[in-house]
Amino acid sequence: MPDGPGLELLRGEIDADLAGVVLDTSYAKERAVLIVDPARVRDVLTWLRDTPGQGYRFLSSLHAADYLPAQPRFAVHYELLNRDRVERLRVKALLADPGEDALPEIDSCVELFPTAEFQEREAYDFFGIVFKGHPDLTRILLPEDYVGWPQRRDFPVGGEPVTFTYNERNYG
Amino acid sequence: MAELTEPRTEVMTVNIGPHHPATHGVLRLIVDLEGEVVQDLKPVIGYVHTGIEKSCEDKSYWKVIPFVERMDYVSYFFQMEAFCGAVERLIELEIPPRAKYLRTIFLELNRIHSHLVWLGTTALDLGAISMLWYCFRERDKILDLFEMAAGQRMHTRYFQVGGVIEDIPLGFEAKCRAFAEEMPIRVGQYEDLLDRNEVFLQRTKGTGIVSRERLLELGVSGPLLRAAGEPWDLRKAFDYLAYPELDFKIPVGTVGDNYDRYRVRVAEMVESARIVAQCLDALPEGPFIADDRKYVLPPRSELSTSMESLIHHFKLVTEGYRVDPGEVYYSIESPRGELGCMVLADGSAKPARVHFRDPSFVNLQAFRDMAVDGYVADMIASLGMLDPILGGVDR
Repeated sequence: MPDGPGLELLRGEIDADLAGVVLDTSYAKERAVLIVDPARVRDVLTWLRDTPGQGYRFLSSLHAADYLPAQPRFAVHYELLNRDRVERLRVKALLADPGEDALPEIDSCVELFPTAEFQEREAYDFFGIVFKGHPDLTRILLPEDYVGWPQRRDFPVGGEPVTFTYNERNYG
Repeated sequence: MAELTEPRTEVMTVNIGPHHPATHGVLRLIVDLEGEVVQDLKPVIGYVHTGIEKSCEDKSYWKVIPFVERMDYVSYFFQMEAFCGAVERLIELEIPPRAKYLRTIFLELNRIHSHLVWLGTTALDLGAISMLWYCFRERDKILDLFEMAAGQRMHTRYFQVGGVIEDIPLGFEAKCRAFAEEMPIRVGQYEDLLDRNEVFLQRTKGTGIVSRERLLELGVSGPLLRAAGEPWDLRKAFDYLAYPELDFKIPVGTVGDNYDRYRVRVAEMVESARIVAQCLDALPEGPFIADDRKYVLPPRSELSTSMESLIHHFKLVTEGYRVDPGEVYYSIESPRGELGCMVLADGSAKPARVHFRDPSFVNLQAFRDMAVDGYVADMIASLGMLDPILGGVDR
């Protein structure tokens, strides 16, 4: 894991090549996080993967999060791993909620990391985050005709009402 | 006449599953076949999706543990460790050395257990029915050990945030040590049954090969990656639990075919048995759970004498503890690869998001590469060697 100063050095290097793409950094609980411009997340991931001396070539995990009521509300986390230096780095892209029925959008990174295919579909399935350029962005775990984005924080935890015949007969 | 004698090929799309004994769970495969050769393949998942991650958002932290155990129902200790470890890192709670060793013992026993289930069912798919009985005989001994320590054979809820719920009982050590000594002998017997079995060799050697580079691109980890010759194991790479203090090897394969996958897992069982024996030898004395009353239940005996303890107990059981806002991704080496847990805390007593990076889910993406251009029969062998647990895939 890059430590606090290491993270700032990394930010400086990225800024030299891709000015203004890193919006913020955070270093907490021994975890280094780069918060980047969601419109250019592919550039950052490409840079981290291909720049000599960086080599974050393994995408461990991709997850989405909903920070409601904070704004911007959604985030996509890329847990990158440098297997040579045994370092983890999280790249975080914050996405605003476009409101109403519109869905937040971000570029897909499947071409860079083929492993993201299922994971981006999962994020789409549960959070309704659209990954532009994904080869087959469909629901993966939920049924195809499901309506709603259940992992969002404003989606209630609840079940479907089960009608028992006993209740129906006696109290229905 | 010429068109009559020309071989006719047509592509047939076959649906396999979701209820099929060879898919090791409710996995559905849509396979394009040309004769007996697989042209294309698409796994369809989600049949046992139960919304565990969403349910976790509605439970206080300590109540999440039994939920996450039920994701990957063969390696439940690993799910517990991933979640408890992530929460411990969020609240910056150090667990005592004895707890680290106890957790390591149970994780490694669980790794053997998981590999035994894999070996038994996969060998069954390949026609070696007796393997199932032998593997499940040893598995039962591991379940006996779990029952002895935790009171449950499966889904033990043994790990807690801060350590483990109870110390191991008297007699556990001897029984566990006997098992760790016996296991390598049993593994030798399995190898005797399979290693020179012509049918098994024909079915596994040279089938389902995927290159190391492609596996890395696809994010595959664990025994599948090691079978292709990449010595990557989180137990060695990262410092967690008692692993830095233990002496064990990482078995790797060379070709990356189904036979190597079998060899790697079988060798891992022996290494895990060695780890268990070493942990028992080096098991430190002392508390088995952290002494932090903000997060850890007070001992039962104090409740009748100490008002303070009673208050702590009441608070922990009713509301649970609050965790300051933050997010942590913690990953461990499960029997299937990198098992990661992301916990997002929003300051309340319930997690705002619990997300698992399940190795079966990610590894399943490599299945198309393993099966295409091979026979249907090899596809079944590859699926067994991939070892997906659909409870973990679908969550």
